[in-house]
Amino acid sequence: MNSGFPPDSVGLVAARTLSFDAPLALDCGRSLDRYDLVIETYGELNAARDNAVLICHALSGDHHAAGYHSAEDRKPGWWDSCIGPGKPIDTRRFFVVSLNNLGGCSGSTGPGSLRPDGSGHWGPDFPILTVRDWVRSQQALMQALEIEQWAAVIGGSLGGMQALQWSIDYPDKLRHCVAIAAAPRLSTQNIAFNEVARQAILSDPEFHGGRYAEQGTVPARGLMLARMLGHITYLSDNAMDDKFGRELISGAPQFTFEPEFQVESYLRYQGTSFIERFDANTYLLMTKALDYFDPAREFDGDLARAFAGTRARFLLIAFTRDWRFSPQRSRELMRALMQAGRPVSYACIDSPLGHDDFLVPVPDYLAVFGQYMQAIAQECGQ
Amino acid sequence: MNPEFAIISEWIEPGSRVLDLGCGDGTLLKYLQEKNQVQGYGLELEVGNVAACLQKGVNAIQTDLNLGLAEFSDQQFDYVLMTQALQVMKRPDLLLAEMLRLGRRSIVTFPNFGHWSIRLQLLLGGRMPRTRNLPAQWYDTKNIHLCTLKDFENLCAERQLRILRRSVTDARHRDSLAARTCPNLSARLGLYMLAKPE
Repeated sequence: MNSGFPPDSVGLVAARTLSFDAPLALDCGRSLDRYDLVIETYGELNAARDNAVLICHALSGDHHAAGYHSAEDRKPGWWDSCIGPGKPIDTRRFFVVSLNNLGGCSGSTGPGSLRPDGSGHWGPDFPILTVRDWVRSQQALMQALEIEQWAAVIGGSLGGMQALQWSIDYPDKLRHCVAIAAAPRLSTQNIAFNEVARQAILSDPEFHGGRYAEQGTVPARGLMLARMLGHITYLSDNAMDDKFGRELISGAPQFTFEPEFQVESYLRYQGTSFIERFDANTYLLMTKALDYFDPAREFDGDLARAFAGTRARFLLIAFTRDWRFSPQRSRELMRALMQAGRPVSYACIDSPLGHDDFLVPVPDYLAVFGQYMQAIAQECGQ
Repeated sequence: MNPEFAIISEWIEPGSRVLDLGCGDGTLLKYLQEKNQVQGYGLELEVGNVAACLQKGVNAIQTDLNLGLAEFSDQQFDYVLMTQALQVMKRPDLLLAEMLRLGRRSIVTFPNFGHWSIRLQLLLGGRMPRTRNLPAQWYDTKNIHLCTLKDFENLCAERQLRILRRSVTDARHRDSLAARTCPNLSARLGLYMLAKPE
């Protein structure tokens, strides 16, 4: 079963598609009459059906969180560091559900999908989604899988925001909420970065108002720029310095605009490889969902009141060098939960990378996350 | 169970909201959760201890107490505890005041540096005292603000912190006659419950 793959990998995995035909009402006032969600699952659902955990992905993630799609696969799923036998989200104990969010570009219904009325691609007409909309669609997924309650809803970054929204919107449907490198809402600076990323895409001449599919083209430069900008915010100043330094590739200035510093080729590589797997309209949607996320808004900005009705226990993890969603943002969440009298734990992992650390097997991170998950597994007799 | 914890458990009303400063691996909070059904949070610096708390089902918030507790709001807790951590703090006096800002009552325990065996070590041996509880050398100890029961009570008087309860116990945490009559000489440990002036 696991042949050729690392022993702590879930091994070969395959995605499947679930189709939903009950209309999904969206925050923007529109609704989706039918939609598909692509999912992967790892591990086994127990007889009591109480060991299921939901993984929510971040900006550029998808359903492929762990394992390999083929023996030739070079890289495992995006959160393979944390999902697998013996890892924090231990697939010997949990039934792990991971999906591609609505609006995504990895198989779930999104701007790249064909409209049900046969009028071509959704493109820019696809509704702009919110984190709440995603959570609502994930709840439909939960019903389809006949799961009554998640043992935990878990996510990093934008995924953590979905986990938090779950705890507010469906308090009885999850026992634990794990939000890693998340924030109660974006800072103005975060929104500013997103706006520059969007402008990079929107102003690409190949964007064609979002109807590039009809034109048989792709706004590659815009998407590449957006991703390059993103990657600057995923790493700390120090980490960039350590990884790339200021060494000139050819040893001396060449007086050209070709990549001369390593960080330039790194960003270009990240940008160009992103074009192959990601869709510009989806990128726009995802950044918008981030910008809108603000669960305190309905409670006059009082985050403690937003959490007052939650029933889950919370684990928040932040990383010292993360400046995109800094530890202070997780502490805001912690304080609000404490004020609301809700059970919350918080750890700040001393690690060098920055925001990207949530994807990396930092030992202290795995220890904190793993111990918490182990306690959950014990609760459900796993 | 640690007799010190048993005394704290006796002092605490069931169902209270408790904050434990320097909660370590969460043993005390776990005990109080089971025994007194408290709703508790621990503040702890070491990430390994935070992990140990989580494993026990104890809420732990990774925090450096020396950076202050200004981010936490007033009177959120019934009790704010600190067991044998006062002496490692940079400013124990400020922390004692903060504890009563966050909670209605505070409970503090610390090793009594006025114990006769410690006095004798300095008097007869002429060297900095070391005990089973305080085994570190003078140059590498974390215990930078050791005090005697008398010192502590003086500070409380000076800062107008009311001592509601005191338990002074000998080496076996028994409430011996000696501990009651000459506490500052015979008590290994001081346990105090404090409140703000009425």
